[in-house]
Parts: sequence; structure tokens; C-alpha cells
Amino acid sequence: MTQPPKIRIRGLCKSFGAKVVLDRLDLDVPAGRGFVVIGGSGSGKSVLIKCILGLIEADAGTIEIDGRDVLTMRRSEREAVNARIGMLFQQGALFDSLPVWENVAFGLLARKLMRRAEAKPRAIDILAQVGLGSDVADLYPSELSGGMQKRVALARAIAARPDLIFFDEPTTGLDPIMGAIIDALIAAQVKRLGATALSITHDMASAQRIGDEIAMIHMGRIIWQGPAERIYDSGNPFVDQFVRGRSEGPITMALTL
Amino acid sequence: MNAVLDLLASMGRGLFGVLSAAGSVAVFAAIALSHVVRPPFYPRLLARQMMEIGYFSLPVVALTAIFSGMVLALQSYTGFARFSAEGAVATVVVLSITRELGPVLAGLMVAGRIGAAIAAELGTMRVTDQIDALTTLSTNPIKYLVVPRLVAATIVLPLLVLVADILGVLGGFIVGVAKLEFNPATYMQRTWEFLQVQDVVSGLVKAAVFGFIIALMGCYQGYRSRGGAQGVGAATTNAVVSASILILTFNYVITELFFAR
Repeated sequence: MTQPPKIRIRGLCKSFGAKVVLDRLDLDVPAGRGFVVIGGSGSGKSVLIKCILGLIEADAGTIEIDGRDVLTMRRSEREAVNARIGMLFQQGALFDSLPVWENVAFGLLARKLMRRAEAKPRAIDILAQVGLGSDVADLYPSELSGGMQKRVALARAIAARPDLIFFDEPTTGLDPIMGAIIDALIAAQVKRLGATALSITHDMASAQRIGDEIAMIHMGRIIWQGPAERIYDSGNPFVDQFVRGRSEGPITMALTL
Repeated sequence: MNAVLDLLASMGRGLFGVLSAAGSVAVFAAIALSHVVRPPFYPRLLARQMMEIGYFSLPVVALTAIFSGMVLALQSYTGFARFSAEGAVATVVVLSITRELGPVLAGLMVAGRIGAAIAAELGTMRVTDQIDALTTLSTNPIKYLVVPRLVAATIVLPLLVLVADILGVLGGFIVGVAKLEFNPATYMQRTWEFLQVQDVVSGLVKAAVFGFIIALMGCYQGYRSRGGAQGVGAATTNAVVSASILILTFNYVITELFFAR
């Protein structure tokens, strides 16, 4: 018997004024796997993830997480769903007024899962899981390098042991080595938690490292979905052009020279 | 004819823009107020904001108040001397400070210092996804960011104005006694003679309203800022300008409510 998808999206629409970003998008994200959505800049990847998280209100369609439509939920129900979700933002989005350990333990403290005295050692444990020592716990985000900030953001995303984790361009702004390290950490932590991971990226190396399955979004719709190992042999001219980074093909972009 | 129509259209767009913004601020305020009485509460954040808005604003408010009191004594003396009413200086100073200058000057100074800081902080949090991050961590951003600032500013502004009242009167006293050669006891007696509880209370009520306005405009502009550094800069400017205009507007409205005959 086929396992039901962790996330099931049907007919999702979102426009900003006259600009249609998501156009009746359908997507199934299988449970317990690393799922990556690739696509060019402005293709709707970030809007898709923000609609799922409830950060942007969709115009139409349904988004089911574990079989429940999150778009029709009350705020309190939505917060309960969000409590089982982790999110790593593109630029980390660490709270710069709080030290690192409070950033990591923020979700635990906000939901009163533990007291502050217990939260700090727990945060240090989680920091160790992403390769950071206890010496960074009392530093502020502005005192960390980009790679370290990304690790702290990853630590915050996994702190409450979520069963669904979103990664928004996890390697953007990092050098290739640090990007590979972050990808390895993501893959390891997702496997350890047994979570479903939904990542969006246009970094093909990263997509293959963290994804078991890949889908491509173009013009607000999913135009291809398949196993990660087939991404260079998809048979889809759009996917082929994108993953090989060719300027010529069915995908055209407005260029001003 | 076309020029007239264009002008009317432009004025209409401006009017709709103002009404739309006013409605949007009112909705934002109503949402924030609805969260004031609903848990969870964040006493640690409230205390931090009270320190930031109240304690750290003390120097600038104190300096403003004391020099305003000094100038007021000097100006009213030179003005009243023209019709031999120098004896009213102490009364004019205390009534002007408690009714008007204390709350208005403190409000404007805090709007510049705190309104701008709130808008810049929340604006930066908005454009760097920190506000979205709060939502994903099951924390309501209005409750966590806006409510503590609104409550703190509404509580501490009256306390700041009380300090400003005392220092403003002290400034007038210093100039009156040291420069204008008033008898200290007579000056103080004239200060108390015509001062009524209503004079001080009206100033404190104004201060509470101004505190709410400063925090509201700072939070509203910062929370809704868009477009990176430029958007944050615009939010900061808008927060200070709109808070200052609203302070002066509500100053008249509250004065009318307290003192209109």
C-alpha cells in the first residue's frame, strides 16, 4: 500500500497584482524523504514554500499536511502544525538581538517545552550536532561567519525535533566547501530525525546531495518530478536546459544588455 | 480643463491614500490591542522595553525639559516686563511645562529616539525574514514584538513626563533665582499657588497617549516595511514624521477635552 504524501498540494494559485506566480500548482511530497524543488529565479519557489508555511496567503487551492488542509485551519491549529515544522531561511534569519543559544532554543522556550536553565545545555547539545562548540553559545549572530550562521540556523530548525523541515536555498552565499558541509549536515540531521525535508534551490550540486526526489517549477507549475538520479536524464527539455545551465532552450529570460 | 481634472484626480488619490493608511493603522492597532489581554505574556520583553524606552530616554528628556524651563522663564520675564507682570513668571513656567511643554517636548524627543529605533529594528527584522522566522517558531510576531513596545511606551511616557515637569520647573527656578533675582521662597510659592491637579493629570494623560502613538507608528511602519535598506530607511522616517504629526494633533484634541469651556 502506498504511503500517503506528507504534503499534498492541489490547484495552488498565487498572484501579486497582474503577475501570476503560482498557477494551479499540484505537488505531492512523499513522507520521510528529501524532496527538492528546483527552478530559476522568480519561478515561484520561495512563494510556494511561504504558502505552505502560512507566511503568504494563497489565492486558491489546497495544501494538506498529513491529510489536513492547513489553509482552512484556525490560527491556533496552524500554530500547532507549525510546532512540528522546522525552517531554515535563505539568509539564516537569526534573531540578532539574542545570543546564539537563545536562537537555537527559541522554539523550545516559546512553546514552554523547558525552562531557560534547561534550555541552554540543550541548545549547546544541538549546536554540537551541527559541528559548533559551546564557545559560540553566548556569541551574537553578528559575531559569526556566514557558514557558522547557517549552522546555527540549521540547529534552530532541528531543535524541536520536527517531522517536516523546509530549507530555503541552504547553500546560497557559501563557498563550495562550506556548501557541501552544510548539505552533509542537512542530510545527516534529516536522516537522524526521520523527517521529511522540502528544499528549494537552484544549486544543482546541492539538490543532488540533499534530495532523494526532485521536482522542477517553471512559470508557476511543476513541470517535472522524478528521482534525483534521473535529473540529468529527465527527457524534459526545460529540465535539461536548467540543470545543464544552457542559455539556449525553451526557457527564455528577459535580458537587458 | 484637463489640468484641472488631473489636479482633482491627484488630490483624490492623495485623499484615498491617507484614508487607506489611517484605516490600516487602525486595524493594526486593534489587532495589537486584542493581544494585550491574551496570553502568552512576555514580562521579560516588557521590562527590557521599559528600560530602553524609559530609562535610556531620561538624559535626552531631562536636558530638553531643563533648558526649556530656563528659556521659558527668561522669555516670559522679558515679555511680561513690558506690562509689569514679572511676578507671573513662575506661574507661567509651571503651567506651560505641566500642561504643554513637558508632554509635547518629551513626546517629540522620544518619537525621534524611540520611534525611529523601533521602526528600524522591526523593519530590519522584516526584510531579513526574522519576523517570518518567529511565525515558523510558533510565536505570534504581534504579541512578541509589538505588544511589549506598545505597553512599555504607554506606561513609561507619563513617568518620563513627570520627571520632565519637575526638571522644567527646576530650570525656570534656577534662572528665576540666579539670573532674574526672584526670592526663592516667593518663586516656589507662586509656582504652587495656581497649579491644579488637573494641570498635571492632563499632561500625564497626554504622555500616555503620545507613548502609545510613538510605539504604534514605529511598530506599524517597521512591521510593514519592504524593499531592503531603502525600505527600512523610509519606514524610520515615516515613523518619526507620522508620530510627530499625530502627537501635535492629539495634543490639541486632549487639550480641548480637558480645558475647553
